[in-house]
Amino acid sequence: MKRILLGAGLGVAATLALAAPAQAAKTLVYCSEGSPENFNPMVNTTGTSFDVSLPVYNNLVQFEYGGTKVVPGLAEKWEVSEDGLTYTFHLRKGVKWHSNNDFKPTRDANADDVLWSFNRQWKKDHPFHKVSGGAYDYFNDMAMPDLLKSIEKVDDYTVKFTLNKVEAPFIANLAMPFAPIQSAEYAETLQKKNQIDRIDQAPIGTGPFQFVAYQKDAVIRYKAFEPYWGGKAQLDNLVFAITPDAAVRYAKLKAGECHIVPYPNPADLEAMKKDSAITLMEQEGLNVGYLAFNVTKKPFDDVRVRRALNMAIDKKAVVDAVYQGAGVPAKNPIPPTMWSYNKEIEDYPYDPERAKKLLAEAGFPDGFETDLWAMPVQRPYNPNAKRMAEMMQADLAKVGIKAKVVQYEWGEYRKRLQAGEHQMGMLGWTGDNGDPDNFLHVLLGCEAARPGGSNIAKWCYKEFDDLVVQAKRTTDIAARTKLYEQAQVIFKEEAPWLTVAHSVVHMALSKNVVDYKMDPFGIHRFYGVDLKQ
Amino acid sequence: MLRFILTRVSLVIPTFLGVTFLTFLLIRLVPGDPIEVRVGERGIPPERLLELRHELGLDRPLWHQFLDYIGGVLQGDLGVSLVTRNSVFSEFVTLFPATLELAALAMLFATVVGLPAGIVAAVRRGSIFDHGVMGISLTGYSMPIFWWGLLLILFFSVGLGWTPVSGRLDLLYYVEPVTGFMLIDTLMAGEYGAFWSALHHLILPMIVLGTVPLAVVARMTRSAMLEVLGEDYIRTAKAKGLAGKRVIGLHALRNALIPVVTVIGLQVGTLLGGAILTETIFSWPGVGKWLIESINRRDYPALQGGVLLIATTVMTVNLLVDVLYGVLNPRIRHSR
Repeated sequence: MKRILLGAGLGVAATLALAAPAQAAKTLVYCSEGSPENFNPMVNTTGTSFDVSLPVYNNLVQFEYGGTKVVPGLAEKWEVSEDGLTYTFHLRKGVKWHSNNDFKPTRDANADDVLWSFNRQWKKDHPFHKVSGGAYDYFNDMAMPDLLKSIEKVDDYTVKFTLNKVEAPFIANLAMPFAPIQSAEYAETLQKKNQIDRIDQAPIGTGPFQFVAYQKDAVIRYKAFEPYWGGKAQLDNLVFAITPDAAVRYAKLKAGECHIVPYPNPADLEAMKKDSAITLMEQEGLNVGYLAFNVTKKPFDDVRVRRALNMAIDKKAVVDAVYQGAGVPAKNPIPPTMWSYNKEIEDYPYDPERAKKLLAEAGFPDGFETDLWAMPVQRPYNPNAKRMAEMMQADLAKVGIKAKVVQYEWGEYRKRLQAGEHQMGMLGWTGDNGDPDNFLHVLLGCEAARPGGSNIAKWCYKEFDDLVVQAKRTTDIAARTKLYEQAQVIFKEEAPWLTVAHSVVHMALSKNVVDYKMDPFGIHRFYGVDLKQ
Repeated sequence: MLRFILTRVSLVIPTFLGVTFLTFLLIRLVPGDPIEVRVGERGIPPERLLELRHELGLDRPLWHQFLDYIGGVLQGDLGVSLVTRNSVFSEFVTLFPATLELAALAMLFATVVGLPAGIVAAVRRGSIFDHGVMGISLTGYSMPIFWWGLLLILFFSVGLGWTPVSGRLDLLYYVEPVTGFMLIDTLMAGEYGAFWSALHHLILPMIVLGTVPLAVVARMTRSAMLEVLGEDYIRTAKAKGLAGKRVIGLHALRNALIPVVTVIGLQVGTLLGGAILTETIFSWPGVGKWLIESINRRDYPALQGGVLLIATTVMTVNLLVDVLYGVLNPRIRHSR
């Protein structure tokens, strides 16, 4: 490790001509898992591409380091109008742009840049709309085109967003990676040079790290941006060494070739825990894997059957076997790292006898036949759905239920589940904006219970729906928390799902990395991290 | 001679068309199109899906897409990557030197070690050395590349710390690519430290990728030598009192080399195929690793273009070997 640090210092000073004295230069090497598509999170959907652009950009608002709470970014403060339809953002003054060989900024970040960036995603006639493919998946997924009525510049440092309807999670949406602020002046420079594609390949932002170079599929280099408005990063250089194989990442960590390693192999976790040179961090991911009962089909229209199934399956055994330490049993539909998670709720116990009794009460003393759909692919919230289905099948057989495992090709599978063709089906969800609405309304609300909607239990329960819709229309966090906690109680009583697990995400760090925080969204951020020399 | 070459070239055309068609079809048989892969469980409204499919041209009938593709290929246009939006050809050209550098060194390693091993094994036929070489080469030939690579990393890089785990150059160096061949670029930049670092990084992947060709070369050399050693002219050479080394080096080896050279040429396909796995293990930024990612992302144009260019390379090399063989051995070209 010493060799690398000292070497990195000398080499970087020699080759990148950095101002810092050689020995003091701190270079953090992150062994990332794949190559980015480009350096603009607007047009991408993968964590890999978010990771590489986050060091460069800022949003109007952002998530606090390691949490889901929204804190000021390029906007110092903001106000929401009484009717909840108008958001006024007051921009930070004196925010500097990065520079590169093509571009030397002449002004600070201002309202023009904010308008330019949102319009790029929103307006089809924007000169940069088509750049890098022009599919703004997240912008569309978060229903921004329906939500936005107008975006106006009030003055150089004030921007006003007007919405079509009240939507409390709007502010959290703006903190998501898809909404960075790009430089309108840089865009103009590139337009003059007829090189508009460069905007997403040689990014200019206001973030803590400035992009230096990308050697395709190999190395991405950044250096700390001295005039960063939040203060210069403690690191001098940040390097992503692209290393797709998990076993090789671990070897590199052991050999001192990188400091931080994401996505370790589950099989290596035990060895990592024992290794005194490595810190192994873990956190529940912002996700949930579940088994949904189609309540529009018999016998799952009867709540007693749904409760019986919740008691018939030995959840802990299933989670232990399938996740191998990388998952925890779930009792709520939202993950424990999310605000408003209701700790008070008690999960159904594993009790086949009571399950049998309940089934008999519901008119099925000898059980029944049903199907059990399992994903054909590995997902972050469920590493092996087939195995899980087989274990559940065995448990169900013990209470007399004969379940047939059904699988389709992944795209087909989702389509059919959303159409409601199944009786019981497995699926899961990974959170987008850290807002409970993103789980409770999106996955369990009445609006999503229509055929083709993402509520695959097709469960439309008025009492529950009223609560989550009301929470969507309320901007006060404390009031929303109460509503969501109540909604989780109803969810548990009505049992439209068997909540299976939240996966646990691991990160392996070399001991000299200080203050690294795991991000609940599964993104990797390095501003605030330091290296002990 | 010209006719011989023309016949050879004309045989390449159907192969070329076949490869184009197969890669086009195979990747489309894999479930999930580029948009579905990107969207995941959040789903996509049907109208939006249609719109995106239309933009990528995926809504047209398959035969139409294929004709468009072939049309483009014939004009030298391999299309644009669906993921990065860069031209497939320029991406390939950026990454191919890394693969070529690795493959060339692996071949060099295989020849330098395999040839003498095969000769000695043939000369001392039946000895412990012979059995040893044949045993080891059989093991090498059957070794799964992935496992072999990880084993070497764990032993030499993690255990002994002699070689770097992966990558192409130590992170402290930054050399602007000119030719794309790291060994050449570092020398051109006058960075000798970087040159050594690049060489250092090449050792393990070179051994891993070179193992299979090494086994093939050693076995081929041995059997060719054995055949030649039994010929009358060798007996004559020995009888007239030539030194053993001279008989083997001058008379036997020269004649035995002909089939060996052919085999070496034919290993190019094995090398490029093996490079896909080797590059993934050693995080080597070449076309192999790029192709694997293209499969995962269903990046049709990148995958099609990449496979086509690799196939073209292999076909060209095989063609050259064929022609060269004809030049070396007139019997071949006259018999057709």
